[in-house]
Amino acid sequence: MFPKEFSTGKKGENVRSDCWVRIKTGTGEGRKISVVSKVSTLFGQSIKKLVDDMLDFFAITDCELELNDQSAFPFVIMARIESAIRSLGLDKGKKYLPEFYGEIGAPVRERQRRSRLYLPGDQPKLFINAGIHEPDAIILDLEDSVSPDAKDSARLIVRNALRVVDFLGSERMVRINQLPLGLKDLEEIVPEKVDLILLPKIESPDQIKIITEKIAAIKAAGNIKRDVFLMPIIESALGILKAYEIASSSKDIVALAIGLEDYTADIGTKRTDEGNESFFARSMIVNAAKAVGIQAIDTVYSDVSNSEGLLASVIEAKSLGFNGKGCIHPRQIRIVHQGFSPGKDEIEKARKIVLAFEKAEKEGLGVVSLGSKMIDPPVVKRALQTIEQALNDSLIDKNWRE
Amino acid sequence: MDEKNKLVSNAAGREVLIEINGEEHSPYKGVGKHIPEGNKAAPKINSCSQFPDSGDKRVESIKEALKRSGLRDGMTISTHHHLRNGDYVANMVFDAVAELGIKNVRWFPSASFPIHTPIIKHLESGVIHHIEGSMNGPLGDFASSGKMKGIGILRSHGGRYQAIQDGEVHIDIAVISAPAADSFGNANGVRGKAACGLLGFALADSQYADKTIIVTDNIEPFPCIPWQIQGNYVDHVVEVDSIGDPEKIVSGTTKLTKSPDRLLIAELAVQFALEAGIIKDGFSFQAGAGGTSLAFTIFLGNIMRENKIKARFIRGGSTTYLTSMLEEGLTDYILDGQTFDLDGVRSMRDNPNHQNTSPFTSYNYHGKGNFASMLDVVVLGATEVDLNFNANVVTHSDGKLLHGIGGWQNCLFGKTVILPLPLFRNRIPVIVDKVTTITGPGELIDVIVTERGIAINPRRTDLIKKLSGSKLPLRTLEELKAEAEKICGGAPEKPQLMDNVIAAIKWVDGTVIDIVRQVKY
Repeated sequence: MFPKEFSTGKKGENVRSDCWVRIKTGTGEGRKISVVSKVSTLFGQSIKKLVDDMLDFFAITDCELELNDQSAFPFVIMARIESAIRSLGLDKGKKYLPEFYGEIGAPVRERQRRSRLYLPGDQPKLFINAGIHEPDAIILDLEDSVSPDAKDSARLIVRNALRVVDFLGSERMVRINQLPLGLKDLEEIVPEKVDLILLPKIESPDQIKIITEKIAAIKAAGNIKRDVFLMPIIESALGILKAYEIASSSKDIVALAIGLEDYTADIGTKRTDEGNESFFARSMIVNAAKAVGIQAIDTVYSDVSNSEGLLASVIEAKSLGFNGKGCIHPRQIRIVHQGFSPGKDEIEKARKIVLAFEKAEKEGLGVVSLGSKMIDPPVVKRALQTIEQALNDSLIDKNWRE
Repeated sequence: MDEKNKLVSNAAGREVLIEINGEEHSPYKGVGKHIPEGNKAAPKINSCSQFPDSGDKRVESIKEALKRSGLRDGMTISTHHHLRNGDYVANMVFDAVAELGIKNVRWFPSASFPIHTPIIKHLESGVIHHIEGSMNGPLGDFASSGKMKGIGILRSHGGRYQAIQDGEVHIDIAVISAPAADSFGNANGVRGKAACGLLGFALADSQYADKTIIVTDNIEPFPCIPWQIQGNYVDHVVEVDSIGDPEKIVSGTTKLTKSPDRLLIAELAVQFALEAGIIKDGFSFQAGAGGTSLAFTIFLGNIMRENKIKARFIRGGSTTYLTSMLEEGLTDYILDGQTFDLDGVRSMRDNPNHQNTSPFTSYNYHGKGNFASMLDVVVLGATEVDLNFNANVVTHSDGKLLHGIGGWQNCLFGKTVILPLPLFRNRIPVIVDKVTTITGPGELIDVIVTERGIAINPRRTDLIKKLSGSKLPLRTLEELKAEAEKICGGAPEKPQLMDNVIAAIKWVDGTVIDIVRQVKY
């Protein structure tokens, strides 16, 4: 049974780039629309038109609609209104979808995932400029950062954001909720050119199976050919012990991540700066991931103001074998990249090895040697990766051979 | 619109009023095109015989001082914004004016702040006819809604000095609040519980007003040194319990913006200046205490430290960040126009290389040069910029009058003027086809730095050449505007403005560059 009246969103003086909507249905008095907007002078007409278009689209002729707008972007207003319409059972199974902002490239399995910026799904104001800070990935989060009563609305905001917001080349990730709610998230997210889905609190391959089957069904129904990669997050003792089984349970899994807050709670301890309590778990993740040939991704560093601590933690993660780290603030991104970047000595050593390798190739030699020392093929491969990374990070220029 | 509201088209392409509150003004003619003639204004001659030999000019109250200064209907009273949002004095002055039954006064503040909201009642009752000076917050709203009897006039800090010096504004009574003063009227801003740094904005008033009143809560025995305001200009000295709220005059610490977007914009601006070759030994810059400007200063300091570059002077807006650069040896001098925190006040008091300045030395356009034009790089804000780089600082896109000009127009004469701006605020784009109110001509604005790209004014072919191989995201204003509008859901609608003119905007030479109309509420 649907309610007769529903409201959703945020209102109040301190709300920025968001809105609040209340719809009452079955009033028998036609449409009564009232819009109060902080930007009414500059966008009042277009907001009223949007509201009318939406009510027309859902063929709602009889309702009272109140919109309190604190200069929300249109995709947010759309999501809030659609969410209220759905909660009243008036959507008739239709979706009010904004246009895609432009062409969106296909997901890339082997791309860099050094940094991933978490964006709470219920805070669209943080989405718009997330890309300018150049994280390798952004995560639109529907799980822990969204309160239970905001989940429905946030799901549509995230869906619309995937169509409207240009993340400027960052990998487009969404963290869904735990099962079964996560399945509802998938229905909205999978058709919207999401690159990768983070799966929280995974502790068995069975969960992965349920998720991949659901994704396959959605893709089949929508005739979607595009890849959707997966990154399970392991956050429990059981999950750690099954890490390899999980990592190898689907070819769509491209990375394995660890979530330490829940993990440390699960084993009955607390996170410390030294991190002895999680050393085993983190090593398990790295080994499980590398055994399958995928990336290992470390947890977030939560003290936003401590950039030195963050850098130290990134360098430690890198030394353990991790390929990336979560970020909860844009200012962390550059430090994370710096931490994962090769150091000066490392680059110089790699340069010598690569030059020796190129010389050997040119001379048709089967063996690469540097001075009197023979260089093994994996060392050459690593050196090539280091140079590529250094070029990527602008640490050396294209004339690095000179 | 009546005969008096006749509009004239000026060189900025704006229709402006030239008869304002019954006085004639010139339309803007272009940068450097208006050459003044004649002599400066001259104050009345005084005689020592009219003043006590003891030098003690104290009177019992502001009301008494106003009475003795010969206050009458229709006079001009000036005040200053050294005490910023902590100022008690302007409110006390107009309460006294009202008690004396005086009407139709022109209030001529160097700036007004939200603390002056009580003055609205004096505007409503007719004690004050109109304000010439910045109108922020509630006073801006009051004026924007057309409730002020006369037309407001906004001037830059330099333009205010120019208007007084040229005789465009004759001040009958200047009231100067002083954190430290002696009974002769010597005054400064570096000591006392209301210490604010400096009193430079009151210099012109002390030199040219008919009568000058010092209001202080900190009388020191003669001599009060340094005497930034000289007692020889002063008629009366009034002692009150408190001239202002210290916490709102200067902040304990200046806070850096936490917005990652603004920090990024500031970093881009510094990187631009570095690649443009501006940051080198012996250079100079000006940066204010606003969010992005402050961040610019900090990032610039880091670059100077890393590259061992020393500036010859910094013009501020001093804050703890500037004073630490001075103390660290990253600059030889601070030339300070306004002090924003306690460290700034301390440094100005104790460090001879931290020099106080005034709008006369720094900004006055009708003088024999000024400091602003010598600056290598200047970082300023704006509410809007148009495709010709013209910028607005006084109104918002919705037409409301919300900000003063400050030293903004004067600083446009710096060698390279950078405006670091967010491409949109909430959902309102900053780059527009036509700015609501033109406050500064585009020919003086060189670079717009946004979080999504940097636009160089096509006039600056030298900068374009310098940056040609740069990895910085160089784009055109047209491209940036299109991107912002796509994000914000289209170009904004035009605000509905009424015919009624509520304020005029002066250029640095006293000509009228634009007008502000009443907003439909």
